[in-house]
Order: sequence, then C-alpha cells, then structure tokens
Amino acid sequence: MPPGNARPDLPTVLATGLLLGPVLAGLAGTLLPAFGYLPVLGFDTLNLDAFRQLVATPGLSRSAALSFGTGLATSLLSLAIVLLFTAGWSGTKTFRRLSRFLSPLLSVPHAAAAIGLAFLIAPSGFLVRLLSPWATGWSRPPDILILQDPYGLSLTFALVAKEVPFLFLMTLAALNRPHVQEYAKAARSLGYGRVAGFLTAVLPQIYPLIRLPMLAVIAYATSVVDVAEILGPTTPPPLAPRLVQWMNDPDLAKRLMASAGTLLQLAVSAAALLVYLVLEKAVSAVTTASSTRGWRFRRDRALRGAGLVLMALVAAAMVLSMGLLGLWSVAKSWWFPAALPQRWDAARAGDAIGMGGPALLATVLLAIAAAFAATALTLWLLETRNTHQKNRSRRLNALFFMPLLIPQIGFLFGLNMLFLVMGLNGSFFAVLLAHLVFVFPYAYLALSDPWYRLDPRYTKAASSLGASQARIFWQVRFPLLLRPVLVTFAVAAAVSVGQYLPTLLIGAGRIVTVTTESVALASGGNRQVAAVYAVLQLMIPLAGFSLAALIPSLVYRNRTAMGVSRT
Amino acid sequence: MKRLFAAGLFLLGTILAPVIACAQDQTPSSDWQDVLDKAKGQTVYFHAWGGEPRINAYIQWAAREVNNAYGVRVVHVKVSDTASVVSQVLAEKSVGKTSGGAVDLIWINGENFAAMKENGLLAASGWAEDLPNWRNVDVENKPTVKVDFTVPTDGLESPWGMAKLVFMYDSARLETPPTSLDALLEFAKNNPGRIAYPQPPNFHGTTFLKQVLINTVQDPAFLSGPAIPATFAEVSAPLFAYLDALHPYLWRQGEAFPKNAAHMRQLLADGELDIAFSFNPGDASGAIANGELPETVRTFVLDGGTIGNTHFVAIPFNSSAREGAQVLADFLLSPLAQSRKQDPEIWGDPTVLKVDALPAEERARFERVDLGVATLSPEDLGPVLPEPHPSWVSALEEAWSARYGAQGE
Repeated sequence: MPPGNARPDLPTVLATGLLLGPVLAGLAGTLLPAFGYLPVLGFDTLNLDAFRQLVATPGLSRSAALSFGTGLATSLLSLAIVLLFTAGWSGTKTFRRLSRFLSPLLSVPHAAAAIGLAFLIAPSGFLVRLLSPWATGWSRPPDILILQDPYGLSLTFALVAKEVPFLFLMTLAALNRPHVQEYAKAARSLGYGRVAGFLTAVLPQIYPLIRLPMLAVIAYATSVVDVAEILGPTTPPPLAPRLVQWMNDPDLAKRLMASAGTLLQLAVSAAALLVYLVLEKAVSAVTTASSTRGWRFRRDRALRGAGLVLMALVAAAMVLSMGLLGLWSVAKSWWFPAALPQRWDAARAGDAIGMGGPALLATVLLAIAAAFAATALTLWLLETRNTHQKNRSRRLNALFFMPLLIPQIGFLFGLNMLFLVMGLNGSFFAVLLAHLVFVFPYAYLALSDPWYRLDPRYTKAASSLGASQARIFWQVRFPLLLRPVLVTFAVAAAVSVGQYLPTLLIGAGRIVTVTTESVALASGGNRQVAAVYAVLQLMIPLAGFSLAALIPSLVYRNRTAMGVSRT
Repeated sequence: MKRLFAAGLFLLGTILAPVIACAQDQTPSSDWQDVLDKAKGQTVYFHAWGGEPRINAYIQWAAREVNNAYGVRVVHVKVSDTASVVSQVLAEKSVGKTSGGAVDLIWINGENFAAMKENGLLAASGWAEDLPNWRNVDVENKPTVKVDFTVPTDGLESPWGMAKLVFMYDSARLETPPTSLDALLEFAKNNPGRIAYPQPPNFHGTTFLKQVLINTVQDPAFLSGPAIPATFAEVSAPLFAYLDALHPYLWRQGEAFPKNAAHMRQLLADGELDIAFSFNPGDASGAIANGELPETVRTFVLDGGTIGNTHFVAIPFNSSAREGAQVLADFLLSPLAQSRKQDPEIWGDPTVLKVDALPAEERARFERVDLGVATLSPEDLGPVLPEPHPSWVSALEEAWSARYGAQGE
C-alpha cells in the first residue's frame, strides 16, 4: 500500500459515501417537498402551503410536545439510572452479577420489548393478574388508563427499560479504560463517598465515551415509531407516528405535509439535543463548584440504594416481559384473572413459525448481509487508518455517527421517494442499504475502541520479523481481536433485526421481516401469534450473541489467556 | 433473494401440502386458458390486511392451492392499513411506473376502492365479471357485489366475502345485551368503562360512526350522495351529540381507544369490555373455536338492522402479474375456497355465491359447514343497511379527529 497522502483513503470515502449519501439525499428529498416541490407527483411550485396545512392540524403542538417530553425524559432517566448504579456499585460483586444479567438485554429489539411490557403492565396484564382477585378484589380488569396514556408514561417506561441496557453497556466499555478503577479508589481514600467519588474522579474521564451514545438515545427517543405505535398515546399520538400516517395517506398532498412535519420533527429532536447540551453545561458547573469546595458526600447510602433498586427494577421488568412473551407464545387460552394459561398449545406456535418462514428468512439474510458488510467495512477502515497513522479522525468519527443523531424519519421519507424514482424500492438491495446506514455506526462504535486498545507491540514484533501488512492483519491482529470482531458482528446483526421504519418504508411491503410482522400483529386479536413473532425477533440477536461468545472459546480452547474475557 | 423466498415457500408447500386440489370441473374457455398459461410461473404480491392470524392462515392455504394447481406463487403482503397501499400505487403512477408495480392484488372496498377508481389506479374494467367463477356469484340477492358503497364496481374488483356489522357479548356476564343505540348509551351509563369503539380512521371505528349516523340522520337520502361541506355539520349533528353523551362513559373515558376490531375482541376476552363488534357474523364462533374468546360469547345485532357490505379484491393498473392475480381472484371465488372461508373454525366469512344454484356436490360443501354456536342464523341477522357514499368516510374521520382526536389542546 502506498504511504498516506492528502487524499482520503478508499474505505473512508466508501464509508462516508455510504452514510452521508443516503442521509443527504434523503434530507434533500424531505426539504424540497416541504416547500411544495415534488415534481414527480405534479407539485412544482415553491410555497408554504404544506406548513400552513401542518399548522392547522388539530393536536399538532401536543404531538410535538409529547415527542419532546417523552424523548428527553427517557434519555435523562436512563442516564441517571445508569450513572447512579455505576457510581454506587462499580467494582462490587453485585455490580458484576447484574452486569452479566443486563448485557443480553441489549439484544432485545424495541418492538419485542414493547409488546412484552404491554403484557406485563396492562390492566389485564400479568402484574394485575398476580394480585387479583385475592388482593385487589378485581374479578375483571380495572378501567385504568395504563397503556397509551395521554402523557406517554408507559411509552417512556418502555423506552427507559430498553435504553438503560444500551447506555449501561456503553458505560461498561468505557470503564475498561486503563486506571479507571484506581481513580475511584484514590477518590475514596480521600474521603469521598462512593457516588461522589465516581462522579468527580471517574465520570469526567469516561463521559466523552458515553456522550455520543447518549445523544443518539435522545435523537432516537424523540422520534421513535414502533414503540410509540404499540404503547404511545393516540389522542393525539406523538409526532413521528403521525408523520408515517400522513405519508401513507391516499391523498398525496398529505405527503407534502408529512415532509413539512418531518422538518418540525427535526426541530423537536434538535431542541431536545440542545436542552441536553445546556443541562450538561449546568451540571458540569455545579459539580465543579461542589468539588472545589471539597464536599465529600460521604453519606450516600440512600442514593446507592436508589441506584440499585432502579436498575434491578429495569432488569426485572425486562426479564419478566421476555418470560411473558415465552408464556404467551405457547398459551391458547389465558383468561383474566388467571396467573397462568388455562390451555396450552405449543403446536400452534409451531404453525405460526412455519407461516413466518419467509419473514424469518428475510430477517436473517438481511441481518447477516448487513452485519457482514458493516463489520468488514469497519475492519477495513480501522486497519487502513491504523497503518497510515492518520489520526485526524475526531471529525470523521462525528460524521460516522450522523445517522444516529438525525431522526430516522427525517431522511427516510426522502430516501423512499428517491428509491421509488430509481425503481429500487422494495428490492432487497435497497433495504440492505437503508439498514447499513444505521448498522454501520454501531459496528464502528463497538469495534473501534478494542481495536485501538490492542497493544501495538504485537504488530511491531511481527513487522520486525518481516511480515507483510496483510499477513500481520490475518495472522496477528485479527485472531487477537476475534472476540470483539464477533461481538461487533452480533451487535450489527441485532441492530439490523430491530430496524422497523427503514424496512417498512424502503421495503414497500415486498421485504417483510419478523419485526414488521410483529408490529403489525401486536395490536391484533391473537396474543399467541404476536408473542411468537416477538420471540422470533428476540431469538435471532440472541443466537448471534451466543455464537459470538461460543466461537472464540471453541477456537481458543487450547489457549488459556484468550479464554477468559480480556476486555 | 426471490429465489430463496421461492425455495422457502416451495418447501412449506411440500411439507404442508393439502390433500385437496382445486376443483374446476369443466374445461376452461380458450380466453381463460390463455390467462392460465400466462399466469403460470408468475408471482402475485397480494396486499391484504394482516392483523388477523386466522385470515392470514386462510390466505396461506389459498396460496398453496393456487401454487399447486396453477403454478402461481402468491406472497401475502400483510398491510396494517389498506390506505397505505392506495398511496403506494398512486405514488408509483405519479413517478411514471406504468408496469412492474409492487402491488399485484389488493384486498379492498369502500373509500379505498372509490379513490383507486377515481384516480385510474385499477386494471381495465370488466375482468372481474369474466372470471369463470363469476357465474356463481349471487348478483340478485346480494346487490352489494356490484355496488361498493354506492359506487358501481364496473368489474374492476371481484367480490370475495360478505360483511355485516354484528356485536359480541359474553353471556356469562351480560344476560340481555342492549339492542338499540339508546339502550347502548343507557348501558354505558350504568357500566362505565365497558364500552368502546376502535379509533377512527380505523375501518371498524368509522363503521361504528356510520352506523350511528344512519340511525340518527333525519333524512337517509343525504347519505346516498356525496358528503357536502355545506350540509355536513347539520347532517352529522345528531351523531356527534350522541357521541358527546357516550364518551364520558367509554372505556378509559375515551382518552384511549382500541386499535382495531381484533384488539377490541381481545379486550372482550380479557373482560375489559362488555361488547365488541365485528364485520364478520362468524367471528365470535371462529374466535371461540380458536380459544380466543370464552365459549359463553354470543352475537347480537341492533334493532332495525346494521350496516352490511361486500369486500373485494382488485388488480392495480401496473400489476406485474395481472394474469396470476386473476387466477387467484378466481380461485378465491370457487365453491371450495368460499365454503372453506365460511367455516368459523377457519375464518367464518359469509360467501358471495348463490349456494342454492350450485351443483349438488358443491352445495354439499356449504351444507357441511357448522356455523358455530355464536353465529346468528340468516333470519336473526336482521336487515342490511346500505353503506353511505364513500365520501362520508373521510368527512366523518376528519370531523371526529378534530373533535376527539386531539385532547388537551
């Protein structure tokens, strides 16, 4: 390979094009129709009609407020729970145990989590059944508004339960940085309480690594569609599900309105991000002030307790929900208030799986293709940068995460129109491309840290023995990093499986996955079938993560030092 | 990908291959033979609402049959809202995609059909009445097979099943169900939180609005013509007065609504609701057979009749498998497919055929079907009220959403 020059290398160009191309094209495809310009549908004058129509829509401000409020609340709550728990318990046995428990929850797709939680907390759900009628006196479900409440509380709860494992794993990865635990110990020896010690000595070092995922959570939570369709309010719904509704209206003029609404959605998400950045500044000022005063906050037992309880609550809710999905998938009849099904029917679950065969196949193929492409591209990118020692990467990194910081809906509409004009709509390739836009950033997020942390002396030693770059990669670096590479593959596959909106819009109904199926069935009349699909949705990423854990232990069964988790 | 799909489907087909093949007793005409020849090897993307597993299973069965008998592969695209399919075809037309469209056959009726017909989104008229099995359709006694929500079908869509609004209740909890709108309101007042209807623009939710509109309107003649903005407020005033009175006593005080009829039926099964409704008179029996409703559930209708209509399948103008779609539509009309569809254990959807006029052997298929404990006999189903003009649908939906869909503003 030639030495690095001013021109960016091929993989960087590829990755940038792959991510930025669709995003920019999609944004343009959203912007122009919002101002009345969509010539293919016969709209070719620039005007503000779409905005006027949008503003006149009943309940618009409430929809926007819902998106903003539930999104920001979800993100802040999730971060608070994760930090409180980590601060209070990192380094303890409890922490290690609960971490092992929480990691697999990352692979639960959003839609499956929402369906499971609905089974748990509905007025006719499992919790009420457990307590009825002996404790509550209810022989029929109470008429209480829990799911789809007008303030989006159940929506927020589901999103928190889903985002906590994500942020927690990101924090865990960050805690792997060298010397972090020593800082915590030093702070404690200076008399700081556990929580305060962590927040003043450790957090400032690891926060830069959590910040980006946190911003991604805000962008996601303010614009989520699938969870909102299952648990969100409907009178009116949050903004994003309404946009999808308008986009699908037989009145094509509504598409212009949907585009204008998408700009509003971008503004709502941007506002939430901005509020977060301001809060960040404020918190930093407050903590700086408190640390310069030397406050030690030694008595933090209540705080630690709260952190543990909240984290355990999230874990328990998720595990119970997943268990309920399993139960419902083999339950034929399960009348209120019975705590367990009255009639079981596993055969029907088998039938449903048989019928879901094509969707399952499409899901797995898409996941493997997307994960393979994303992991390979990430490896190529990291390897090229590594050998060229070009570390102008901060800005570039930010670029790679752009798709995570812009609400999906913001550019998917435009991309959809673009693909339609190009005749690509509904093709496997188009859906794969749309998935990659979201899969790649996560792959990069998962792999870049372990990659950079690999001891460079291995490479130097191999190089001094005369090995070529290619040989160093294949025989030294890749085998050493097999575990993180496989985990990256599993993360990428899980992200692909979870994609609802890109599959729905770009797939044009021709590409159907278990995720689109389970969202469609979630509101149907048969909980068993809905549960079967949610379980299928759950099994694919779980299988991926299990394989990622199993393969290295098989390959390296005769190498003790590679056997234990090195990270 | 397509090939893999095909392989998957083929495998399924062979594993689950049914014993019965399609019965087409006489030799087809040469025109139809031409269609059959062209259809062979085609893949039909059938866009049909996919929220009901029993219906999905029935479509899956039909797909296998058509594949075995005619070599036509059918892929059921499960849509959650038919309007989105109309939008999709319209968008394709707008970008100039006049062939190779994504939709080959669509399950449709009412305002969606009217929209497609008006925008020229349907394949050339007449094909539906040229299907071999059209001769068995009961045009005489079921006028709605040719007039869809007051709009003539012109052979642009082929009838699939009959629908009539029926109500379900659990006889173990409720002895005598309320059979008039006044009684329903009275019942709601005495049992707050146990009555609901799906949120418009859901199909069944809008149907409930239309039922109330028909029952409360001063002059029914208004409804057979288009909804006019000038008179809409006046004509719909009694409807909204009724809803205003009902809403405080609705499930969740009308702050949340069931998503669709299937969800409402689920809530009836849970005991959250006392009454659910369906467009399918056999729905309750089917759900009982499937373990989705308790065995004590029964069906009732309102005094004076309920709304009835026909649902159809139509071929978009740019279908990539027009002949295959016709073959599927014809199969869906066959006595075999229609009698199977009527069986509550399978679906429970009433036939569009004139059963008396069928040959004895075919008639026997229908006679063998047990309509189930919870299905009303044809005499007890009461009169069929015609659907209003399709324009009332969007007018009602918009008025509803402005009034109830944006609370707390």
